[in-house]
Amino acid sequence: MAGDYPDDLRYTTSDEWVRREGDEMVSGITSFAAEQLGDVVYLQLPESGNHYDAGQTYGEIESVKAVSDLYFPLAGTVAAANADLDQNPGLVNEEPYGLGWMLRFRPDNPGDYDSLLSAQDYEQSTKDRH
Amino acid sequence: MTEPLIFELSSPGRKAYSLPALDVPEVPLTELIPEPYLRKTPAQLPELSEPDVVRHFTHLSKLNYSIDSGFYPLGSCTMKYNPKINEVAVSQPGWKDIHPLQAQSTVQGALRLMVELQELLAAISGMDAFTLQPAAGAHGELTGLFIIQAYHRARGEMRDQIIAPNSSHGTNPASAAMIGAQLVTVGTDERGRVNIEELRSLVNERTAALMLTNPSTLGLFEEDVVEMADIVHRAGGLMYYDGANMNAIMGVARPGDMGFDVVHLNLHKTFTTPHGGGGPGAGPVGVKQFLAGYLPVPVPTRRDGVYILDADRPESIGKVRSFYGNFGMLVRAFTYIRRMGSDGLGQVSRDAVLAANYVRARLNDLYPQAYPGTNMHEVVLSGRGLREHGVRTLDLAKRLMDYGFHSPTVYFPLIVDEALMIEPTETENKDTLDAFVDAMRAIAAEAEVNPEVVTSAPHSAPVGRLDEARAARKPNLRWRPGGDQEPAQVPPAGEEKPLGV
Amino acid sequence: MSYLPHTPEERDEMLRAIGVESVDDLFSNVPEGLRSGPLPIPQGISEMEVLRLLQSLASENLNLDTHPGFLGGGAYHHYIPAAVGAITGRSEFYTSYTPYQAEVSQGTLQAMYEYQTMVAELTGLDISNASLYDAATAITEACTIAINQTRRERVAVLGGLNPEYRKVIETYMHAQDFEVLDIPETWTLDPADLEAALDDTIAGVIVQSPNFWGALERMPQLTDAAHAHGALVIVVGNPLSYALLTPPGEYSADVAVGCGQPFGIPLSYGGPYLGIMATRAGLERRLPGRIAGETVDNTGKRGFVLTLQAREQHIRREKATSNICTNHQLMALAATVYLSLMGKQGIRDLANQCVQRAHYAAGRLVEIPGFSLAFEAPFFNEFTLRAPVPAAEVNRFLLSRGIVGGVDLGTVSGDMGDCLLLAFTEMNSRQQIDDLVTTLHQLQPQTAAEFVAGATGGAS
Repeated sequence: MAGDYPDDLRYTTSDEWVRREGDEMVSGITSFAAEQLGDVVYLQLPESGNHYDAGQTYGEIESVKAVSDLYFPLAGTVAAANADLDQNPGLVNEEPYGLGWMLRFRPDNPGDYDSLLSAQDYEQSTKDRH
Repeated sequence: MTEPLIFELSSPGRKAYSLPALDVPEVPLTELIPEPYLRKTPAQLPELSEPDVVRHFTHLSKLNYSIDSGFYPLGSCTMKYNPKINEVAVSQPGWKDIHPLQAQSTVQGALRLMVELQELLAAISGMDAFTLQPAAGAHGELTGLFIIQAYHRARGEMRDQIIAPNSSHGTNPASAAMIGAQLVTVGTDERGRVNIEELRSLVNERTAALMLTNPSTLGLFEEDVVEMADIVHRAGGLMYYDGANMNAIMGVARPGDMGFDVVHLNLHKTFTTPHGGGGPGAGPVGVKQFLAGYLPVPVPTRRDGVYILDADRPESIGKVRSFYGNFGMLVRAFTYIRRMGSDGLGQVSRDAVLAANYVRARLNDLYPQAYPGTNMHEVVLSGRGLREHGVRTLDLAKRLMDYGFHSPTVYFPLIVDEALMIEPTETENKDTLDAFVDAMRAIAAEAEVNPEVVTSAPHSAPVGRLDEARAARKPNLRWRPGGDQEPAQVPPAGEEKPLGV
Repeated sequence: MSYLPHTPEERDEMLRAIGVESVDDLFSNVPEGLRSGPLPIPQGISEMEVLRLLQSLASENLNLDTHPGFLGGGAYHHYIPAAVGAITGRSEFYTSYTPYQAEVSQGTLQAMYEYQTMVAELTGLDISNASLYDAATAITEACTIAINQTRRERVAVLGGLNPEYRKVIETYMHAQDFEVLDIPETWTLDPADLEAALDDTIAGVIVQSPNFWGALERMPQLTDAAHAHGALVIVVGNPLSYALLTPPGEYSADVAVGCGQPFGIPLSYGGPYLGIMATRAGLERRLPGRIAGETVDNTGKRGFVLTLQAREQHIRREKATSNICTNHQLMALAATVYLSLMGKQGIRDLANQCVQRAHYAAGRLVEIPGFSLAFEAPFFNEFTLRAPVPAAEVNRFLLSRGIVGGVDLGTVSGDMGDCLLLAFTEMNSRQQIDDLVTTLHQLQPQTAAEFVAGATGGAS
């Protein structure tokens, strides 16, 4: 799945993707990040109602061999976290842009979305890191 | 080839124990201890005969790789041969059957051994005083940091930053966190040495210490160590030596002469106490004279021809464990050091360095050295060349098992892509080193022509490759009676509310 | 040299392969100014000589193999069945490395899993780690669990905690500027007094039972009192006592820690011992140290691995639950073999022997004029005896008769100079106990006074 970055999403340099769904936005980690981590075994996700600034740590993701902070992509308030990941954290590896989503949130300023990276720009940023 | 769990071998009523007859008048238990204090249901321990117990654990032992059966080229772990005399020496009743709270007059031999071991370690490392209390290397690190913190606090300075290289052992930052300090990482330069200019920019009035391994985890001697010590000392910080790699430099150079103020040594690495499948170890800490007052109490010492435990040390950081140390490990290390002596230990380091350079010279065409050049007792190579065939360093590690070898340390240090950290030690003969090199080369060839045989390894170990993700996702951490293998419930750590709130 | 295999010819071959002239060339990166020359320690000696040296040093110690003794206070003289040493002495166990490469470490990993199960059974709790250094450091780790779990920064310690352990807590908590609240008690604590001493800033309450003086605390009530304030309850105890006494899990304690030394581990002058730690479900991601878990291999066969490793320092570095790397695996193995040999019934029989012998001794000792039990609370295998003379003198007198006495509580608490802590195990035969009583009969106050006078006068 590496190198698979859907065009209809926006990205951050800290490997989050964001999808606009009406007033809300959905976020998760990219296939690149999921592959770097390896088999995800555990996630610590926030409660609804928590507010975070862009780039602020909101949770943690653990794989067998690594642990990483999760960063809020745009300033906003958590509407829901993906409860399915509790029982099935492997969804992050299997479907990083689908069932492996992590957050649904309401952005403070929906216009911030446009400041995120396009798929092409994100892909370029991963190449620099390989 | 698997062995049932001991609980699955249990049969009600079988016994392996024998107790002396109860020769005092027996009183019903409830007359001695009131009912509410007593356990309602017995602990479900297994029930077997002695031969069944022995056979079970003997079967288990055969599923293990060990130093006595083969070669462990594990970088930074110093898996050398553990001389048998160590085990015989420690089995004397005069060592085994002495209680830590016996009158000091009745344990003069034990106290003398500790005092003499302190002196030997001080001479080997160039320090002035030692404590033998720490139970392991990481515990030694923590003890050293307690001492450094106490020193700064006594001077009225609140220094809360510990600097460590990005190649450092994971215990360094974790130990720093345990004294409430912040870890500051210093980078590595193009030669694989600490970036001294960066270090210069990082030290300041908040610097408590620089933690350094020398030779580093890259197997390279930090040539600028004296200058680094000068930079840190000028800023008011102290120098901490992680002794994991002491096996490289005995009789060559001493941390105490390099400017280090605090040192920990690993008796289970350099001084041949057995690893025991993960412990116990021992991590004595040495200091320069100006820090001696901070050592943990009690300090075994000699006074007026008598050996005592000196607890009257007002500046001491206190105790870091119960009693005086992993004494059994101290006896073994003392035995080894006296057996080897000055000449022997010097030869140990020379042979360890020779072996590591030999392995490098024979492998670095296929597995490039991370930072080229002469290395010390270990060498860090990279398995990145295998990646184009879809083979990872982890696969190489598993495939080595099929050739009869334990894996090197892999994926560490973190700054090297597909790191392979190899420490052959001085006790492996040339035939073994050659066979290991041949296996490494054969696997590189397999990766090209038949990568599946590598990626699906091991093929001849007691079990195939184990599913670590499954183990972590649905933790099953204990057997349950009646085969009820319900996994432990693992709610997210942060989600749970404090009790009663 | 015995452990160094290379012949001069082989060394030369290796140097040629490397492409250098001499071994000295390999050290060219070590600056001249740092070269130390030969180590300033004695030259090596033969195996026979080193053994004689160690035997001679060992003989300067008075050992409990040849002398009866009644010392406890955190370390106990139990018989170690021969099969324990036969297993821990197998080099496949004692010369193996930490089982990170699980496929060639199934022996160690399965033994770990079996150990965890036995500790969970004994303590009545859900999850055990694979062991820590000792009881004292295990308590400090438990304090960290409580602090992280409750986000509070104070821990409370009852006065009956072993003073060795109390000192270690001080060192660790002081370094992180966490506060320790001492709750004094007289032999045992009234749960109402605990309730009153606590407030909602306490992360954890550390209670030892049997406590340092030997007395059993009212654990269920103390636990409820601590929970009422939102604090975690950290129980310290001799794990052998759980064979007969209510285990921590039964009264909803959060963490149990203790020293597993009674399970087949020699006294060895204080170490290596075994730090036991078990917790209730829900705290496993806060556990320090290694944990083994069950899984399957690529063919579906059962196997074991180190798991939840993302808690640990080699992955999480400064954010790890602890800096701990080691577990005392060989000691945990000894305990696993020991508990397998004792089994469900044997461990109860053994504990009962300890209880019976201790109570027999207590009954006989208080018949001696001037001697009495310090407390009325129930006890397990250890109790505090008040003597008519300083405990130090009692011990000196006993030693002059070839008996190793008890722990002189005057050494840990100024107002307990007349208190002696005595422990009893299956090793203390009725004959030994009767000899102790008979000998102490000879230490009538008058004799004692003379003895003291004699001792201070320099004669003996």
